[in-house]
Amino acid sequence: MYFLAKAFLSKGYNITVINRKKEECSWLARQLKATVVLGNATDPEVLRESGISGMDAVLAVTPNDEDNLVICQLSKLSFGVLRTLALVNDPDNEDVFRELGVTTAFSTTRMISALIEQRAGFEDIIGVFSVAEGKVNVTEVMLTETAPVVGKSLMEINLPSDSLIGCILRAGEPVIPRGGTTLYAGDRVVAITLPENHGAVLKLLTGGDI
Amino acid sequence: MARTKHSYVIVIGCGRLGSFLANTLSKTGHSVVVIDINPNAFSALAAEAFSGFTVEGDATELAVLKQAKMDKADVVIGATHDENVNIMAAQIARSRFRVHKVLVRIEDPNKESYCKAVGIDYICPTALTAEKMMTALNDIR
Repeated sequence: MYFLAKAFLSKGYNITVINRKKEECSWLARQLKATVVLGNATDPEVLRESGISGMDAVLAVTPNDEDNLVICQLSKLSFGVLRTLALVNDPDNEDVFRELGVTTAFSTTRMISALIEQRAGFEDIIGVFSVAEGKVNVTEVMLTETAPVVGKSLMEINLPSDSLIGCILRAGEPVIPRGGTTLYAGDRVVAITLPENHGAVLKLLTGGDI
Repeated sequence: MARTKHSYVIVIGCGRLGSFLANTLSKTGHSVVVIDINPNAFSALAAEAFSGFTVEGDATELAVLKQAKMDKADVVIGATHDENVNIMAAQIARSRFRVHKVLVRIEDPNKESYCKAVGIDYICPTALTAEKMMTALNDIR
């Protein structure tokens, strides 16, 4: 929170920080050229005293999802702040918060795991998305020369149960595979997996370690 | 609720208020599910009175609310000590799970107008007690 405030200050914004810990407040007040308010930001009176109604944006970054929701909703509904941004722990709460009127909600969990998936390892994976609230993953994988499945038919590759290769894109043309279809390097394979077998299927298709 | 004999009620929080409600509602024939983040709290449910189910988890987590089958609930009661948890869970019950009746406990009377604005029913013991006390004081005078 200190670095966030510092970053905004350096860009020329006027900042008010609300924090409920007294020691942290006095430290922040010494370190930052910001207005620091000691209090619970989910208390409407504290928000009022902080001059919230004139603010352009409110950022709710406490570690508790419920507090961040209340801060954003109070700012918007009771004090007319147009832009409200919240941090959420539970990735599901990104959608929940938007439905409940928060302008933007970020899940650090989701952002970090997406970054790790993209950067670490699996460079052959082109796209991943989940359906049915994460119960099913659909992953597009580019088969490289070294992939263990190259040259084998679907029957031979021992795909884990409850997983499926739904489609192959070969030279830009979609192929709906059958058991006898052989996989080649350069194929773009669309795999449908469940969270419990997702790792095993990707390992099979890329040869990489999880 | 008096007329619909078998309501499905979810009580969030198993403290003094939550456990009392859960015991009473269960004894009077309602299907009750109690959610609490601390499994030890469920010891407040009386064996002879309570025949419902318990779910251990954080009621601001969607997966926990699904586990409690909130989509089937007729009534959701927010009775934890953290009014923000109550308010958040109640709004999810309303908007996500289309629960007909949601009721929360809040401590801070300053949040009454906010609860009205987001459309959830609330009871504020602080305001109720203060009101009773003021009346009692006026009677003395």
